[in-house]
Amino acid sequence: MSYRRRRSTRIRPYTFTGGRTRSRHPLMVQTLVSTADPSNDPPPNLMPESQRIYLLCRETRSVAEVAAELDIPLGVAQVLLSDLAELGLVYIHPTITGSSPSENQVLERALRGLERLFQ
Amino acid sequence: MVSNDFSNDIQSKMSTKIVIAGGFGAGKTTLVGSVSEIPAVTTEAVMTEASVDYDDTSATPLKTTTTVAMDFGRITVDRQLIMYMFGTPGQARFWFMWDDLVRGAVGAVVVVDCRRLAESFDAVDYFETNRRIPYIVALNRFDGRLDFTAEQVREALEIGEDVPIVDFDARDRSSGGMVLKTLLRYALSTNAAAQPVG
Repeated sequence: MSYRRRRSTRIRPYTFTGGRTRSRHPLMVQTLVSTADPSNDPPPNLMPESQRIYLLCRETRSVAEVAAELDIPLGVAQVLLSDLAELGLVYIHPTITGSSPSENQVLERALRGLERLFQ
Repeated sequence: MVSNDFSNDIQSKMSTKIVIAGGFGAGKTTLVGSVSEIPAVTTEAVMTEASVDYDDTSATPLKTTTTVAMDFGRITVDRQLIMYMFGTPGQARFWFMWDDLVRGAVGAVVVVDCRRLAESFDAVDYFETNRRIPYIVALNRFDGRLDFTAEQVREALEIGEDVPIVDFDARDRSSGGMVLKTLLRYALSTNAAAQPVG
């Protein structure tokens, strides 16, 4: 049991990134990021700035929010985050662009949400 | 069990983006602020004066870099979906930044101050020319009045026939919400039109 659990936490970060790289899943300003395993401390070999990002992303945030909260330019946040993602430490969430009809369901959900929020 | 719920929750979250464009002082930041659940946040982006692909993070020393500020706000639409509104820098000389911001957006709102129509021409022209994402025009009702009708504005700014034009008050939350809903409905209708039959 405990073996299983340990094993799953070891594998999880790699499952989270699922081989996603910068080029396939670009980090846009609105892209949500979160620490792959929030119960773990940041690896000690990370740069201080990356450690701060790691800790910040224990709660899901957008790239723009990471940049604003750490007071670093967006471009810097994007590079550091994509490095963390490639290390399997940060999970990059899907971004809905609405460009394909398959995303219509999500857009409809967004519309329903707005109708509820702004009556 | 608790940790299981947490990881499911983490994985299922996703986000989307709406761009708020318009001339300097047209009411972009006011709109972002009135619909956002957080106070509008300003962040800085260092941009190069050439369009840069996401793959290309290499610094090219010959390119001019500029720091621009942009505002953004957030709406938690439901447990899984977060919508961000990004205000583009008002100054026309930052047009190169729009490409980066517009990429991946569900749509855009061009906020127009009817008293200064010319200020909005760059923004309208940008979205009319590209037509990469659906956009609507929102006429900001300063002092509760509009100097022009929607059709007069359409003609003056050469806005496409199919582009919705609404009037609103950027300071009013539900009025701003109406603008966002109009944009989403329009985006859905353009998607439906583009969908192949069967």
